[in-house]
Amino acid sequence: MTELERNERYNKYVEAKIAKTHAWPSLFNAFCFGGIICVIGQLFNDMLLSIFPTMATQSAWTLTLIFLIFVASFLTGLGVFDKIAVYAGAGTIIPITGFSNSIASPAMEFKNEGIVFGMCAKMFVIAGPVIVFGTVASIIVGLIYLLV
Amino acid sequence: MKDLECQTVFFKNKPRIIGNYSIVGPKEGKGSLKNYFDYIMKDDMFGEKTYEKAERKMVEQAVMGAVYNANITPKELNLFMSGDLLNQIVTSSFAARSFDVPYVGLFGACSTMAESLAIGACMVNAGYFNNIACATASHFSTAERQFRYPLELGNQRPPTSQWTVTGAGCCILSGKGNGPIVTSATFGKVTDWGINDVNNMGSVMAPSCASTMIAHFKDTNTTPDDYDLIVTGDLGKLGSEILIDLMEDHGYKLGINYNDCGQVIYNGKQSVLMGGSGCGCSASVLNSYILNKVRAGEYKKVLFIATGALLSSTSTQQGDTIPGIAHAVVIEHFEEKIINTSKKTKGRK
Repeated sequence: MTELERNERYNKYVEAKIAKTHAWPSLFNAFCFGGIICVIGQLFNDMLLSIFPTMATQSAWTLTLIFLIFVASFLTGLGVFDKIAVYAGAGTIIPITGFSNSIASPAMEFKNEGIVFGMCAKMFVIAGPVIVFGTVASIIVGLIYLLV
Repeated sequence: MKDLECQTVFFKNKPRIIGNYSIVGPKEGKGSLKNYFDYIMKDDMFGEKTYEKAERKMVEQAVMGAVYNANITPKELNLFMSGDLLNQIVTSSFAARSFDVPYVGLFGACSTMAESLAIGACMVNAGYFNNIACATASHFSTAERQFRYPLELGNQRPPTSQWTVTGAGCCILSGKGNGPIVTSATFGKVTDWGINDVNNMGSVMAPSCASTMIAHFKDTNTTPDDYDLIVTGDLGKLGSEILIDLMEDHGYKLGINYNDCGQVIYNGKQSVLMGGSGCGCSASVLNSYILNKVRAGEYKKVLFIATGALLSSTSTQQGDTIPGIAHAVVIEHFEEKIINTSKKTKGRK
């Protein structure tokens, strides 16, 4: 048996050995937590519009996003967010709360390495790729929109 | 040593462990071995400004504690050997500043405890040094930020991952005095069986462990039944199961006398998935539970195998497979016939 064959066999064996996890409980949790976050956002949005009836819907949406970003960062700072996220999974990652957490957590983590090269530079280690892909995707979509 | 194939070194002059000390974090302090550790930290920061500084302080305290337990003075130390997981082993080297003792920095990832014991025993056996401090440490928060993600990031850990132990351990090896003796050591070969999943360290290290274990049994002409306890460093649940299978393929059956430090350090209710890992895992378990039991004579002969995954974050990002290593030491119960009561005056020479 060559080394390559041995490694292939071993990888297959390990794969089979790993206890299979079920997707359904994670999906259910993600659905519930994600749903709750969306409901909170919607409630905040409706509340804003009922308190300030003259407010433009666009502005209310922006304020709702800011509110959710703030809450997620605040909970990250308190050290609560990651404990919720262990159960919520994609439920907290997919809404804007996940993005907020991915910026706030490295900022906290690397503040000991200094403001500039620590906190500010490392702030985007996780969110950076998201921003790059987001920008590229929006350019492509914009071009398609322009041509079609 | 005449045999070139032989990976094992036998110690005739009985290098012995005259003192040991373990220190762990609050989470480990709630685990199943909580009553055996010398010191349990109240919080992960240990009164320092950064986690890295906390880890250094843990090593310093472990060494001073072991020196105290060995009934010698810090001046009587001849050599300090230590290693850890951080880049350029800063924890060990920086902690060495506090001691006016020659220092040897080691890197064997999580296998460092066995590595330092094995090399230390060689030196003591040869008579080059008398009192050697062998230490190692790991810290969950420093390892996490170096190898994985920020602590507060809301991600889920894969089911095969392990939890880096916050802990440090140190033992003092000496040519004289009372304590468990190191009778042989097997130096392991680096093995790579093509696993590149950083969240599955158990399966990376299991083949290395099996390779060292088989070499050890062959070299010493023993079987698993000859030991009261065979303990691996941090294979975790999955790695231990794989090891048992691999050993069975070679005709060795690991029975109830086999255990894994990573599996015993936490209790079942702590969500650590496959178990503990890190240098501190095997170091804190060896320097608390195991050595105390060997000293008391409850275990007569223990085979201690610490395993390590030799990866860096760069090699992982470049998609390289992960090599593993394992070193083994045999620790036996020993009592000198004439017990000298004036331990204080016993030092070198």
